[in-house]
Amino acid sequence: MNIALNITKTIQDWLVSFMPESVSSIAAMVLVALMYLVIFAVAGLYLVLLERRVAAWFQLRIGPNRVGPLGLFQTMADALKLVSKELTGTVKADKFLYNLAPYFVIISSLMALAIFPFTQGFQAFDINIGIFFLIAISSIGVIGILLGGWSSNNKFALIGAMRSGVQTISYELSIGLSLLTMVLLTGTLQLSQIVEIQKNGWLIVQGHIPALIAFMIYMIAGTAETNRAPFDMVEAESELGAGFHTEYSGMKFAYFFLAEFINMFIIAAIATTIFFGAWLSPFGITQSIPWLGVFWFLGKTLILVFLMMWFRWTFPRLRVDQLLTLEWKYLLPINLVNIVVMAIIVWLNITINL
Amino acid sequence: MSYFSDIYKGIKTLLTGMRVTGKYFLHSRKGAITQQYPDNRDTLKMFERFRGEVVMPHDENNEHQCTGCQKCEIACPNGSIEIIWDRGIDEETGKKKKKIDKHIYHLGLCTMCGLCIEACPTDAIVWAQNFENAVYDRTKLTKVLNRPNSKVKAGIED
Repeated sequence: MNIALNITKTIQDWLVSFMPESVSSIAAMVLVALMYLVIFAVAGLYLVLLERRVAAWFQLRIGPNRVGPLGLFQTMADALKLVSKELTGTVKADKFLYNLAPYFVIISSLMALAIFPFTQGFQAFDINIGIFFLIAISSIGVIGILLGGWSSNNKFALIGAMRSGVQTISYELSIGLSLLTMVLLTGTLQLSQIVEIQKNGWLIVQGHIPALIAFMIYMIAGTAETNRAPFDMVEAESELGAGFHTEYSGMKFAYFFLAEFINMFIIAAIATTIFFGAWLSPFGITQSIPWLGVFWFLGKTLILVFLMMWFRWTFPRLRVDQLLTLEWKYLLPINLVNIVVMAIIVWLNITINL
Repeated sequence: MSYFSDIYKGIKTLLTGMRVTGKYFLHSRKGAITQQYPDNRDTLKMFERFRGEVVMPHDENNEHQCTGCQKCEIACPNGSIEIIWDRGIDEETGKKKKKIDKHIYHLGLCTMCGLCIEACPTDAIVWAQNFENAVYDRTKLTKVLNRPNSKVKAGIED
């Protein structure tokens, strides 16, 4: 096993200086987990704010700008309000599963967050089956939604959850296959290795046409995977109230809500890592300063997040049957053909290497 | 081969949509339609078609254009206009002529339908663009539109 716990190791070395080794390894893990929790919360809150501002700009409005400078504390205030609210629930709910569901959703997105290479060395867990792990984790997220919908004892929540199941399981295929198309090019699943390979040009450049198709399919499937509009069959306000989280209130609702936005960040971050060279700067302009990688990584990710928001505020919603038609009749066959094309390109060695 | 043309058309139309919304996104800072109301209270001017309340414009000689024909009163679906009128002697012709004493407008009953303004033959009443209509006392919503000692403009006939 080639697990290089980079930041964990740095923190552990520091901790060893004043505590025994066995304690320090656990303490280091706890510290890293706490750090990621903070990143999680802050990123989630500011993504909500970004979404609201971007939505406002698309609709020729101004957006939240009252709480704090430029409205920067708006979502903090919202979160505080949600914390202070009463946690209500249905009488006949399956209490255990009902309370468990938000944590499934939030933990699955936290686990996915752990393996992204934010910059050289800033990676909590450099696992050698990186992409495989990501695909697996993103599938687990749906179980929280299904549990939440089922245990609420509310038919709308159940319908929403079932739609989510249908949607996520269908679009999982496209996500997996489009990422596999890129794996053909890299020959490795480890994220740090994939970044290393992209020093000869980002994979979307290296793989040219099939990579571009794979990227388009990935973005469509990723938007569907996060249950965002235009694929928001799960929450469908006009039909299902609030979908699977109809019966949740207060902080439990906030967990679902934050996890949704973190999932969007994760989908964009995967695309950044696989297609756009993660923390690598364009043409290597800041290669000598590794900590600037965080800036490049977040910049690219936020551009892709913005693209998903652009989708949301442009495209009309799909019906359930159109949703499934899009996946099974269009994305999946194109994807399978695309994999073959990519395989031929790699075999004939006509990739673009800068 | 409608399968491939469908894909092509689909992508093309989606990109067209994204271009439109993208254009709006880029111009939103200048063209934002949101009014940040209490802040720009001094400069805020409502647009022309906004229906604030019914007013009767008077010119500098304290003359209005209302002949007291009561068409607005009849047109009003919920009776928010009451006209108290009188007969006076026209100085030029010596004939009896109808004139208004009070044009009473109940803002509290008004639904801003605009039928009175459409019905007015002499354009004596128009929409005002004010919007801060809330008061603490209900009786303040009953307004007399013609000013005291005002009279009808010469040459206005119904």
